Amino acid sequence: MRVMSQIAMVMNLDKCIGCHTCSVTCKQTWTSRPGVEYVWFNNVETRPGQGYPRRYEDQERWRGGWRLTRRGRLVPRSGGRLRRLASIFANPLLPNIRDYYEPWTYDYQSVAEAPLGDDFPVAAPRSLLSGKPMSTIAWSANWDDSLGGMPQHGEDDVILNRIQEKIKLEFEQTFMFYLPRICEHCLNPSCVASCPSGALYKRVEDGIVLVDQDRCRGWRMCVTGCPYKKMYFNHRTGKAEKCTFCFPRIEVGLPTVCSETCVGRLRNIGVLLYDADRVPQAAATPREQDLYPAQLGVFLDPHDPQVGVEAERAGIPHEWMEAARRSPVYDLITRYGVALPLHPEYRTLPMVWYVPPLSPVVEAITAAGHDGEDHENLFGAIEKLRIPVSYLAGLFTAGDPAPVELALRRLAAMRAHRRRLNLGDAADPAIAESVGFTVEQLDDMYRLLALSKYEDRYVIPTAGAGDVRALEESALTGCSLNYEGGPGMGGGTASGPFGEASGRPAPLSVETFHILRDRSTADTSADTSGLRGRVNLLNWDGRGLPEGMFPPGAGNGSTGSRDGETAGGAGPDAGAGEITGRPPQEGETTRRPFQKGPNP
Amino acid sequence: MPSPADVFLWGALPYAAVALLVTGLIWRWRYDRFGWTTRSSELYESRLLRFGSPIFHVGLLFVLAGHLIGLFIPQGWTDAIGFDENDYHTMALWVGITAGVLTFFGIMLLIWRRRTTGPVFLATTVNDKIMYVFLVGALGLGLSTTLINASGPGYNYRTDIAPWVRSLFVFQPEVSLMANTPVEYRIHAVSGLLLFAILPFTRLVHSFTAPVPYLFRPYIVYRARDPHVIGTTAPRRGWERSDI
Ligand code: HEM
Ligand code: SF4
Ligand code: SF4
Repeated sequence: MRVMSQIAMVMNLDKCIGCHTCSVTCKQTWTSRPGVEYVWFNNVETRPGQGYPRRYEDQERWRGGWRLTRRGRLVPRSGGRLRRLASIFANPLLPNIRDYYEPWTYDYQSVAEAPLGDDFPVAAPRSLLSGKPMSTIAWSANWDDSLGGMPQHGEDDVILNRIQEKIKLEFEQTFMFYLPRICEHCLNPSCVASCPSGALYKRVEDGIVLVDQDRCRGWRMCVTGCPYKKMYFNHRTGKAEKCTFCFPRIEVGLPTVCSETCVGRLRNIGVLLYDADRVPQAAATPREQDLYPAQLGVFLDPHDPQVGVEAERAGIPHEWMEAARRSPVYDLITRYGVALPLHPEYRTLPMVWYVPPLSPVVEAITAAGHDGEDHENLFGAIEKLRIPVSYLAGLFTAGDPAPVELALRRLAAMRAHRRRLNLGDAADPAIAESVGFTVEQLDDMYRLLALSKYEDRYVIPTAGAGDVRALEESALTGCSLNYEGGPGMGGGTASGPFGEASGRPAPLSVETFHILRDRSTADTSADTSGLRGRVNLLNWDGRGLPEGMFPPGAGNGSTGSRDGETAGGAGPDAGAGEITGRPPQEGETTRRPFQKGPNP
Repeated sequence: MPSPADVFLWGALPYAAVALLVTGLIWRWRYDRFGWTTRSSELYESRLLRFGSPIFHVGLLFVLAGHLIGLFIPQGWTDAIGFDENDYHTMALWVGITAGVLTFFGIMLLIWRRRTTGPVFLATTVNDKIMYVFLVGALGLGLSTTLINASGPGYNYRTDIAPWVRSLFVFQPEVSLMANTPVEYRIHAVSGLLLFAILPFTRLVHSFTAPVPYLFRPYIVYRARDPHVIGTTAPRRGWERSDI
């Protein structure tokens, strides 16, 4: 037995309202930089739907994850080491930017400069990749949000394609839920396996999968390797990036940004102990439907004294053992058995699990005029509503309906039980027993799933163990100033000796900080000089025309006025000149609020 | 007596180029590992790249192998095993022309793609443009040298150029050997040396980290957290955590 610890997450899908707060806060923290405009470490997909990138679940096409050879060996589905190296010069299994979406902005300048007229000026969309006008915006990370455009591409849901039942349209009308996704921080990560330079690694202490930015050489094989398509290629730096499980926050005991800001309080984070020796065997389980139980078999019971001894031998700190014993994730996965892995058939042993949603079933019953809180009704419906169950099974158990049904029945029992208590009736132990629980267990589960107190849903041991100074600074990925290269070097917008994207990467917080500070203090436009043809519009406040927003000579009559103007560089008058599209004339008053310098 | 120009070109330039190559690589490894990447543009465009890139790279690997064989295997050795010089010449020319044409076609396709695909062109830096001048220069001059050789009476570079190259390695450059070679060979040699000199400072550095070790490593990589780093930044010297 080789005990290892893993920080894992369980999301309770019943409570997700699809507000995308998690995606937005994640993006602001990690990917609001040029080069990763199209990247969402956290995205929320509507199910049924295609997901992001489009149809990523179609492994016949993308070949992510692992494959079991006839002799029972595991190889990346996209091919072994030689196959990978043979296709290194051009990788046919790499999704194109259009499989994600082409990031765009709007030509606000034309609105600001439109002459007085009868027509209402429109800001036309422009591609952030080529700077060219886009005739139509055809896709984005959640274009089919809440079943939008279903008649057109409802047929493109990979899971629906596989379901036998022919009543798909009816299904779409009665059944919908949201699926927030981050990197799974798999126990058997195929992204790591397909990285030729060994830049990707799984951290021993907490199992977080990270990219070493100094070792990544841009071979872009990991993007192919990950079946969840949660590896992304930064097209400006030429390096791979991925969800970091907010490791700088986790290390000081804080939950990830997506969890912290989740409106539905549906994310649980905790420690799981597992036996690393059993991982290869579990991932090589022959039947796909057996992978979920096989992965359960890899987890270790932190209350088992034997496990405690082995964990101590493996050097797992006491604080981590304590956290493992109080882990909400362990409870939901193992003790209550209501959490299920996403696509276990990819054989990566994912570590972000999901409590399947019961509410669509409840709604279906209520809509039919029955009592949607009654356990008899609910049990009956779970059995009768074949489509939701087989769809959920397609997501979470490689098609085996039994675990999904069990999880849903337990959620239904919890619901019925708590309804009785709320109405002042006595608890009915028969409800609990019908799903193999005691009343106390149902109450515990209720406390975790429904009340979800902050300290119950996040049980995160720290890595730093008591270094207060580091704690306060690294909560924002480290003190922004004492990295190599020193403070005030212009942050992430500076370039190294070999042009953009060379030199030491500035800590992300520094890069984001500088962009935000420029935005809030610049008199004129966001200073994006040095970004060379890439403008981050999340940080642009619409004032002025950032350098490089449009390719040189793209018209708009603004190129002339841009000469020599960067924020603060051309004196206090620069802004007025920029807004009017011509330099201010001598003696002309510039009407600009908050002007700092003297008037001419 | 070789002229001072010859001494400079064939006695000093090669060492200067290699010195730049080596120190440049060390320096970049030390200070700019983050910039050490292919900066792949496949995300933007894959249809042309799927042909251009493999054709260029595979052709180039053959070209490199050809140079190694031609310059480092002395004629005496092939003669000793009874390899007729004429046969050798014919074979070398055919393989060389094929590889050269493939490489040149590949790089032209890549450059055309780079110019005409909006996003790829926007992502092309000044550094890239300079690099392409040197790269295409060396490739084009090399290819034309071979073509001139094939169309003319033929020229046996293994009697003067190859020994000169080998003399460089024992630090006794025989400058006079190069002084009388055809002019196209001399231009090509200089362009090649210049390419070496700029290699470390361009995106071409990716070729020095060809991922061969991948073949010999386990699939899953584990790494321990650096105990001195919390978050992303290492503490400054003197501010490290103590173990007390
Ligand atoms: C065997 C080692 C090498 C490997 C594995 C390799 C691999 C790659 C890869 C993956 C790309 C990115 C293609 C893309 O997706 O855009 C690339 C681009 C490139 N490589 Fe290499 N390369 C090697 C050697 C070389 C050498 C020796 C040279 C020339 C001296 C070279 C010149 C280039 C150029 C010019 C590009 C840019 C192509 C373009 O997009 O226009 N490579 N290489
Ligand atoms: S989900 Fe994350 S850990 Fe798993 S293969 Fe993809 S990128 Fe790697
Ligand atoms: S913030 Fe929470 S509720 Fe909102 S979409 Fe994300 S996971 Fe769902």
